[in-house]
Amino acid sequence: MPADQPLVVISKSGSKRWISAADTAARKLGLKIGMPASKAQAIVANLTMIDADPSADAAALERLALWALRQYSPVVAVDGVDGIVMDTEGADHLQGGEDLLISGLVNGLRGRGLTARAAVADTWGAAHAITRVTSAETTVVPVGGVARAVTGLPIHCLRLPPDTIHGLRVMGVETVGELSAMPRAPLTLRYGPEVGRRLDQLFGRMAEPLEPLRTPELVEAAKNFQEPIGAAETIAKYVRRLVGELTSKLEARGLGVRRSDLVIHRVDNTRQCIRAGLAKPVRDPARLSKLLCDRIEKIDPGFGIERMVLVAIMAEPLEERQAASSLIEEPVVDVTPLVDILGNRGQRLYRVTPVASDVPERSVMRVGPTADETGATWAAKWPRPSRLLANPERIDVTALLPDQPPAVFTWRGKRRRVKRADGPERIFGEWWLRPREHAAVRDYFVVEDEAGERYWVYRAGDGVDAETGSHLWFLHGVFG
Amino acid sequence: MSRVHSPRVIEELRDRIAHLEGGGAKKPAALPFGVREMDERLPGGGLAYGALHEVAGGGSGTVDGAAAALFAAGIAARSKGKVLWCLTRPDLFFPAVAQAGLHPDRVIFCEGDKEEDVLASMEEGLSFGGLAAVVGELVRLPMVASRRLQLAAEKTGTMGLVVRRWRRQTEASDFGNPTASMTRWRVSVLPSEELPVAGVGRARWLLELMRVKAGECAEFEIGACDAKGRVCLLPHSANRPDTSTWRGSRAS
Repeated sequence: MPADQPLVVISKSGSKRWISAADTAARKLGLKIGMPASKAQAIVANLTMIDADPSADAAALERLALWALRQYSPVVAVDGVDGIVMDTEGADHLQGGEDLLISGLVNGLRGRGLTARAAVADTWGAAHAITRVTSAETTVVPVGGVARAVTGLPIHCLRLPPDTIHGLRVMGVETVGELSAMPRAPLTLRYGPEVGRRLDQLFGRMAEPLEPLRTPELVEAAKNFQEPIGAAETIAKYVRRLVGELTSKLEARGLGVRRSDLVIHRVDNTRQCIRAGLAKPVRDPARLSKLLCDRIEKIDPGFGIERMVLVAIMAEPLEERQAASSLIEEPVVDVTPLVDILGNRGQRLYRVTPVASDVPERSVMRVGPTADETGATWAAKWPRPSRLLANPERIDVTALLPDQPPAVFTWRGKRRRVKRADGPERIFGEWWLRPREHAAVRDYFVVEDEAGERYWVYRAGDGVDAETGSHLWFLHGVFG
Repeated sequence: MSRVHSPRVIEELRDRIAHLEGGGAKKPAALPFGVREMDERLPGGGLAYGALHEVAGGGSGTVDGAAAALFAAGIAARSKGKVLWCLTRPDLFFPAVAQAGLHPDRVIFCEGDKEEDVLASMEEGLSFGGLAAVVGELVRLPMVASRRLQLAAEKTGTMGLVVRRWRRQTEASDFGNPTASMTRWRVSVLPSEELPVAGVGRARWLLELMRVKAGECAEFEIGACDAKGRVCLLPHSANRPDTSTWRGSRAS
């Protein structure tokens, strides 16, 4: 079906048939959600209509929520019929922060052909309201900024029954700000406690715990405490016990854990999470408990912890392998435990690997710390500086054109006389990848000043043809 | 009577002190430079494994740390196993490090946002065991932090290398403050080796051994790391005409 052909989804309630969803092309033609199907057919000829299937929608939403559970946060739940809510606290740093988390989420969904809007806020209610009202794809409400962000929003985003919304509208209440400014007692008397509860949840005056999504195949171990616990040592003790329980369950199924979540329920009905990811499937209790115990100081026990749940969110098959013992060769050390420990602390871990490119800044590529070892290295023909400036810095140069090295140059306000120099090493633009670099040339020189300090400088252009570059000089690296 | 017995008693005491200090490492105790004049200045005949060593640049090298990083890379290249390199400013250009003999497959970088992250990662790497060396690029190295690193290194016998680099050249006076590291080096660049033709020859460094536990300070003029991470003593500093060894090593 061509993308520009209008498409609507038709829902039925009783004998009434109305549009419950419309794509961009349909909306452009004037079709609206809630419009009767017959009217839509009258407006647009040959309109493609699909009958709504709420149960299939719900199943698809749940699959999406499960994907988000593996990918983003330990606590994910389905929000209404059209949304997913997740508790990103303690999970956003793994994606590089809240901004990157939600923009990555929206982009990831777009890559799968889904259009989504996402918001991060202090409360579920606020995030729910903002995503459904604003047109921006991603919104991050700063901590404590909920009150200011939601006052202007219309009341239909408050998760109230339609009758209540209608009644409030009749009274002339349009925005959340107006509603929250009204006296609470008459509101409760007229519409029941729901209005006040939703407002309190929106502003974070009342806790609203999420019931995380779980599937039967998830392996988990849980522990309830009769007396709430709070001391770090006690938490560590029970974490170890839970890890032992989880690993024995995993062993029975022949699985190893790739990502595990420790969910901590406090007595005040709030929840905290610690997520630990692993580079390879692991079933070793000591390693797993080290990863989790490493971050016990991040847990705020508050008035006490009454329940701890450890879930293996991502588990992969792990078979036992016999270790080959050798008398002569030294055992190869497996560094994945260290990679896991450092990676779970939010450090960026990588190895570098050569890329077949003559342009210096493109000749190095970062790969994962446990990526396969290729054995490749750079063809060590010419000396390379040990520090490369991220942005080449302009230098003032006195040099003979076209291919003499600089005689004098000024960098960062210091004038240096060149004693010795090597060059030019000509590097051409990669016109086969980037058409704009068709004629681009850089001439690199190694220059050494009187004190013996060696620098890598280049001239943009070949010194003759202005098309090859600006003929300005830059300093690109410092030799050791 | 006591005079006869005292050497044996002292020997025994030395053993006990070495035992208390955790010197009972399984690996060879030190990584020699392969340069006799340098190795005999260091206790144990080389850079001790299971200890912390500091390297800083001199002059403008205090800011860029280019020579210091290469010197550390050369040491790491000559050891065996994986290397953890912790930093906050990712401006190391690895092709140059590879030219000093450190293969890219051997190095795992750990980039943190704060200095404290680098210290924590270094400590974790040192106490992990099984790594050849842990390199960290740091501005500040307080006494307490260096003590922790030194203890972690002692426990596993991993070599810790701290490349000190400051934001400004004036801040480099911090290098005089005491730390628990075993040795402290300063690498400054010298005009490169003279060539019979125009061009830049092999880089040369002035290597100052500023502090060493149970040893004396020294200065060496050396040729920079070759393709296997080896340094060499320059002939006029050693005061002998035999240059075949280092010319040979350069060719390899």
